Amino acid sequence: MTNLTDLTVAEIRDGFRAGDFSAREVAEGFNANVAAAKALNAFIVETPDKALEAADAADRAKAAGETPGALAGVPIGMKDLFCTKGVQTTAASHMLEGFVPTYESTVSGKLWAAGAGMLGKLNLDQFAMGSSNETSYFGNVISPWKRGGGDNAALAPGGSSGGSSSAISARLCPAATGTDTGGSIRQPAAFTGISGIKPTYGRCSRWGIVAFASSLDQAGPMARTVRDNAILLEVMSGFDPKDSTSLDLPVPQWEANLSSDLKGKTVGIPKEYRPDGLNAEISAMWDRGIEWLKDAGANVVEVSLPHTQYALPTYYIIAPAEASSNLARYDGVRYGQRDLPDGAGLQDMYAATRAAGFGPEVKRRIMIGTYVLSAGFYDAYYTQAQKVRALIARDFELAFEKCDLLLTPTAPSSSFALGEKQADPLAMYLNDVFTVPASLAGLPAMAVPGGLDAAGLPIGLQVIGKALDEQTVLNASLAIEERSGFTARPDKWW
Amino acid sequence: MKQVEPSASGEAMSIDLQTVKKIASLSRISVTDAEAQAMVPELNNILGWVEQLGEVDVTGIEPMTAVIPNVQRLREDVVTDGNVRELVLANAPQAEHGFFAVPKVIE
Repeated sequence: MTNLTDLTVAEIRDGFRAGDFSAREVAEGFNANVAAAKALNAFIVETPDKALEAADAADRAKAAGETPGALAGVPIGMKDLFCTKGVQTTAASHMLEGFVPTYESTVSGKLWAAGAGMLGKLNLDQFAMGSSNETSYFGNVISPWKRGGGDNAALAPGGSSGGSSSAISARLCPAATGTDTGGSIRQPAAFTGISGIKPTYGRCSRWGIVAFASSLDQAGPMARTVRDNAILLEVMSGFDPKDSTSLDLPVPQWEANLSSDLKGKTVGIPKEYRPDGLNAEISAMWDRGIEWLKDAGANVVEVSLPHTQYALPTYYIIAPAEASSNLARYDGVRYGQRDLPDGAGLQDMYAATRAAGFGPEVKRRIMIGTYVLSAGFYDAYYTQAQKVRALIARDFELAFEKCDLLLTPTAPSSSFALGEKQADPLAMYLNDVFTVPASLAGLPAMAVPGGLDAAGLPIGLQVIGKALDEQTVLNASLAIEERSGFTARPDKWW
Repeated sequence: MKQVEPSASGEAMSIDLQTVKKIASLSRISVTDAEAQAMVPELNNILGWVEQLGEVDVTGIEPMTAVIPNVQRLREDVVTDGNVRELVLANAPQAEHGFFAVPKVIE
C-alpha cells in the first residue's frame, strides 16, 4: 500500500475524493510521523486531535454526498505566527508563552474552512527574526538533512519558517504555512529541498498574524511541489477588509492555469546577483536553471538591478524600524508575560517585562529600530532607506520592461551547521541577500529546488515575477521542477 | 554586486555605552551594564554597515509609502464589534473588575 505520508497535497486531495483512502487514515499517518519526530523540534504545540477532528468532518461530509472543500482531507502544519483560536500562539517567544487567542487569523481560518486540518503549531525564529531558526525560545529546529560522508552536524532548516521547512521535508506534513518578511519562506525552502512562494504584498491578509514588519510581511504556502503551492495559495489569498493593505482583487485560478510552456516569455538574469566570490555550486545551479527555462521555450536576457547592493542595509533599517513600533504592544498589560519586580512602577514593569520576554535578536532589532527612528536620526536613516527602497522598486520596474520574470539563486549557500553563524548577526543577515530585494518591492517570488550540492544538501532557485503575476512565477517554477527531476529526500535518522 | 562587509566595530559610528542605555530606555527594555556593554560593538557594527545608504544619490526621489499601489478604503461609520470584554481580557496577566490592572501610577 502507498505510504500516505509520502503523498503530495494534490494526491491526498484527489485520492480522498476518489475514495482511495479516508481523511482519517491520512491524518493518523501524519500524526504518527509528527509524534515520532521530536528530535527535529519542528512543532511547538502538536494538535493531533484537531487533525483528526477535521479529517472526521471531511469523511462525514463525503459520506453525506457534500461537495468537498478545496483542501478536504489534507492535514497541514501552521506556523506559530498565525493566531489560532483556542490554541497557544507564541511567535516562538517567551513573551507570548501561554497566549491563547480568542480569534482566528484570516489565513488560517480560510484553510480550515476549505477542509484542511491542523497537525500543530510550527516552530520558527522568535517573532520571525532570524535565518536559521536558532532564535526560538522553544529551542532550535533541526533540519532532517545531513551532509554526506558521515558528517553528523545538526544543520539549520533555514528561517524564519524553519519548523515549516523541516516538517515538510521530513514528511511530518504535506504542506504548511509560512510567512516571509525578507526571505523567511524562500530561504528555508531552499535549505530543505522544498518549494515555497511569497505572493505579491497584499494577496494574503495579515490579520491575525503576529506582526514583525508590516510593510514587508506576507503569508504564503510551503510544500514539496509547485502544484501544491498553487492549491494552498488559492485558498490563503483574497480580500480581507480587516487588513488595510489587503488587495481587493479576485483570486486567480493558479492551479488550473499551471503550464510549464514558457514560449513567448522572457527571463531576465540580473547581473548584480552574481558577485565576485559567489559560491561556485550556487552559480552552476543558476546556469542550469537558465538552461532549463530556455528548454521550456523562454528567451533569456541579462538585466540590471543597479541598487541591489543596497537592499540588505535598506531592509535592516526598515524592518527593525517597523518591528520596534509593532512590538511596542508587548507591555505586560493586555496579553503575554508580565514581570513585576517588587515595588516596581508601571515604567519599570514595562522594561522588566520586555527584558524578560524578548530574546537577544529581538531586543537587538527593537533597539536598532528605536535608534533609526529617534529624533535627529530619522531622516538620515529611515527616510533615506525609504527613498532607496523606492529606487530598488524602480530597478525592478525598469527590468520588467525587458522581461517577464527573473531567475536568481535563492540563498548564497546551502544549509550551514547550527551555531556556525550565530556569533555574528551581520553574517547571518547576509543569508537574505537574494531574497530581500523582492520583499522590499512587494513582488511575488518563489523558491524551487534545483538539485544537491557536493555535500548532498539541497540548493534552490528563485523566480521573481511582476506584481500580481504569481501565475508566471508558478509556471516558471513548474518548468524548473519538471526538468530538475529533484526527488532527493533526507534519510530518516530522527 | 559589491560585497557588503561589516565595518570594523565602532569605526563608522560612535555609539557609546550611554547611547545604548538611552536606546534601551526608549525601547522600554531594561539592560544590565554588562548587556549594554556587549551591545556597543554589535550595534556599531550593524549601524556602520547600514551607513552605506548615505552614498546613494536620492535626488528627487520620494520615500516609498506603499509598496503596491492601493486605495485607502473607508468603511461605513457603523459599529462592527464590541461587547467582547471577557474575550479582550482573557489573556491579560492581571484583570480585575472588567479592567486591565497595572501597578499604581499616581503616587
